[in-house]
Amino acid sequence: MIEEQSLIKVGMADLNVGSQNNVIRTTGLGSCVGLTMYDPGKKLGGMAHVMLPTSEIAREGKLNIAKFADTAIPELLSRLLKLGATRSRIIAKMAGGSQMFAFAGGNDTMRIGPRNVESCKLALDKLSIPLVAEDTGGSYGRTIEIACSTGLLNIRSVQKGVKEL
Amino acid sequence: MELFKHQKDFKMDVLKEVGNIGAGNAATALSQLLNKPIDMAVPKVQLLGFEEIAEKVGGAEELVYAVFLRVEGEAPGNLFFILTPDAARSLLSRVAGISAVSVEELSEMELSALNEIGNILAGSYLSSLADFTSLSMYPTVPALAMDMAGAILSYGLLQFGQMGDDALLIDTTFLEGKDEIEGQFFLIPDPESFPKIFKSLGVPFEDD
Repeated sequence: MIEEQSLIKVGMADLNVGSQNNVIRTTGLGSCVGLTMYDPGKKLGGMAHVMLPTSEIAREGKLNIAKFADTAIPELLSRLLKLGATRSRIIAKMAGGSQMFAFAGGNDTMRIGPRNVESCKLALDKLSIPLVAEDTGGSYGRTIEIACSTGLLNIRSVQKGVKEL
Repeated sequence: MELFKHQKDFKMDVLKEVGNIGAGNAATALSQLLNKPIDMAVPKVQLLGFEEIAEKVGGAEELVYAVFLRVEGEAPGNLFFILTPDAARSLLSRVAGISAVSVEELSEMELSALNEIGNILAGSYLSSLADFTSLSMYPTVPALAMDMAGAILSYGLLQFGQMGDDALLIDTTFLEGKDEIEGQFFLIPDPESFPKIFKSLGVPFEDD
């Protein structure tokens, strides 16, 4: 029986998890990184739309843990485990982290994309979750979606068309 | 996030006037470039969630042309001049006499012309703001991008991202009669710029 695939949207600085019948999507990734985790055995998946590299720079009262690479990734993992995923099977993929505007000055804020990518890798390393595929960098926006039935990550961009990881 | 504790409506009105002066001068510059009158909508000043900001231009995936300038000086912030692809072509043909051949892509020459138009408009926006507030504000070299609105606008939200999940947006739309060169100016001052802007205009600002 083919079941209806229902869509879960992840906004900016947001994260969510889903099971077999879900497709999880986030739109308009620029310097932000869309990080997905997937358990191929139980067909459980999750996605975080990470905006900033580290929560150390946060000056907000109540921390939105989905916003920062160092807090969002452990949270995504724990949400997946709560859903019943097996830790040793979980693999990660990510996309985004582009540098939309190139400035001569080389201001640190403008390099936020590459810094987000580095921080995500560091956070995955700490949790020993293998990063199996990535489509990061460049100077264009991406919309990504993971099908929890297959774990395939679909990446669309205006300039480079569609690709699948 | 609560940005202003006291006299919120009054402060929003002051910012509306800030947007009005900036965009008013930019509209005059555009009208001189086109040799035609340009209308301008009353600026909107809103504290919006990150998602809602992309909705202002039709959604995170909507294709737009954007000239982006980082504002530096005493009241730093981010300034975007945003055009739909149709408006970009229409503007090019009128200002530079370039009729874009391809619907999908603009040539190097066309992009460079568009960047320069954006630069002129944004420059007049900023210099009038700087005069009005007597604060030093100077733009970085403008950068042009054609991409998904969400990907572009997220650059203007990074400073606000450190302290919350909303940003204060001063939004002004241009209209040119039935031909509709529709362009939008988004000014997103950095959070720490507000006390300076208010102070310079003689508006009391709470120390918090």
